Amino acid sequence: MAQVQSRASRWWNRAAVALALLLLLVMMIPLYWIGSTAFKARSDATTVPPTVFFKPEITPFIKLFTSRVQQRGDRDNEAYANAPWWEKQVMDGGDRFIKDEKGNIESSGYVSRFVNSIVIAVTSTFLAVALGTVTAYGFSRFHMPGEDDWLFFILSTRMLPPVVVAIPMFLMYRAVGLVDTHVGLIILYTAFNLSFSVWLMKGFIDEIPKEYEEAALVDGYTRMEAFFKIVLPQATTGIAATAVFCFITAWNEYAFALMMTNKVAQTAPPYIPSQLGSGLTDWTVIAAGSLLFLIPVALFTFFLRDHLLRGVTFGAIRR
Amino acid sequence: MTQPALSSAGLAAPRRGMSDLAIRNLFIIPTIVFLIVFNIFPLLYSLGYSFTDYRASMNDPVQFVGLQNYRELLADEYVWANFTLTAKYVIMSVVGQVIVGFGAALLLNRAIPAKGLLTTLLMLPMMMCMAVVGLFWQLLYNPSWGIVNFVFFTEGKVWLSDPEVALLAIAITDIWMWAPFVMLLSLAGLSAIPPSLYEAAAIDRASRWFVFRRITLPLVAPLLLIAIIFRTMEAFKTFDIAFVMASMDETELVAIKLYKMAFHEWQTGRSCALAYIVLLAVLAITNVYVKYLNRLKAR
Repeated sequence: MAQVQSRASRWWNRAAVALALLLLLVMMIPLYWIGSTAFKARSDATTVPPTVFFKPEITPFIKLFTSRVQQRGDRDNEAYANAPWWEKQVMDGGDRFIKDEKGNIESSGYVSRFVNSIVIAVTSTFLAVALGTVTAYGFSRFHMPGEDDWLFFILSTRMLPPVVVAIPMFLMYRAVGLVDTHVGLIILYTAFNLSFSVWLMKGFIDEIPKEYEEAALVDGYTRMEAFFKIVLPQATTGIAATAVFCFITAWNEYAFALMMTNKVAQTAPPYIPSQLGSGLTDWTVIAAGSLLFLIPVALFTFFLRDHLLRGVTFGAIRR
Repeated sequence: MTQPALSSAGLAAPRRGMSDLAIRNLFIIPTIVFLIVFNIFPLLYSLGYSFTDYRASMNDPVQFVGLQNYRELLADEYVWANFTLTAKYVIMSVVGQVIVGFGAALLLNRAIPAKGLLTTLLMLPMMMCMAVVGLFWQLLYNPSWGIVNFVFFTEGKVWLSDPEVALLAIAITDIWMWAPFVMLLSLAGLSAIPPSLYEAAAIDRASRWFVFRRITLPLVAPLLLIAIIFRTMEAFKTFDIAFVMASMDETELVAIKLYKMAFHEWQTGRSCALAYIVLLAVLAITNVYVKYLNRLKAR
């Protein structure tokens, strides 16, 4: 009898593994599609039926970083012969580069958006984590009247729909000239991530035994020294995990960036979809831009894998 | 550090450095001030505007109109249509996420080779930028060369430009992205169930269905509920994905309506009033969510 049961359960197990793999396959198709389209020739990107196997090329990335226009009329054969290989690749596709007076190729809008994304995400992450860590320590170690209410207040600011906050923020930013500035977005993202950072860091700091600091205090450390020399080193993992979460949130943010910026401080998320409207859509370039934008997040997800659960529940569920 | 520790830390001899109270205030107050200045103050500001006919695109004098904005919004059948649509979207996407996510968790809750890698790969979609995901699914949904029609043998089916199915298509993308979230929480709940319960059930020859209904489900329920409440709130707020993927009346969720009212039509006063209606709904869900989070923490 026992054997029959174990055979049945072994069958269940196999079926489950097969189903899980099938699910993984289906879930991965969109990701494969972004990744593969970024290396396709333009004619391979929109075929009927869709092209799964193809000869990879890096033309989409060359196009992504440069400004181009469609070539009108006949190709200048002399220029073509003298052009370096990357320029030839673009000319083969029927485009030509836009050059300034000195003959340098102009960079595309994507480059500055990508740089903006890095600057804004890194700065706001630093601010949110720094403020969040000390505040979490304050809530973790000291009593405060109405502590739970304050913590709820802090978390509730995170739950506000971006559009709701954006309307008055836009009016205020317009009054003080912060619309379409890096500082403006950095402030918004810091505020948005701060509550998350407080909650997550409080979970991490709660886990550090108080006895360490108390021993340090007995040894004559001040509270401040104990915090910087004892608590912070113990909290490094937590700080790193919190920082990565905050970075990903700021990196991916779309709504605020759409409403508060249009050119100077625009980040990549609102820019990438805006390419759709401009002329004939070249999906290979959009895919190249998306892929480059998604890769940092994919890498970080692997670093974070043990802290994901904690992160998505604001530190409430550990393990 | 040279000062010898004659007394224990508990004795209130005057110590060097700042007092605990001063440090507490120094650590906590900046954050609270920051959040009040950049979150609460703007909301008070917009509360004021919600009682006026202010239009940010014009220099007309602002007139106080009392509750008129709220009255008109609540009587406006188009606004109600936006809310109904949002409710439909929330139900489709959350139910889908629970079915796929919880199902996947049940499949993965066993010894599987390379389980860590498998789980991490499945988590990838939810870490990505919603706007980019939404954009890219437009290519996947394309009626003629999209991979969706190719995989599901629905040749030539129109997804995003058909008012009947566009909302569903957006919900499917949302499910693809966020089912992993439900899976993550469900897996945590499933793996915490003590195996002894299952062994006892096996000795009693309980059926699989009985075991699922009486052991698995009740013990996962708290975490699953957290996932459902959180996803409900997020789906209610959905802006990015729907805004990028389609632009027609049939996919105009409340957040999109709000955005258009404020930044396209420049009905600033009225949009502030709508924002407040949305805000109250979100705060109500947040309250429930935090209550359950704290209850779970207390266990």
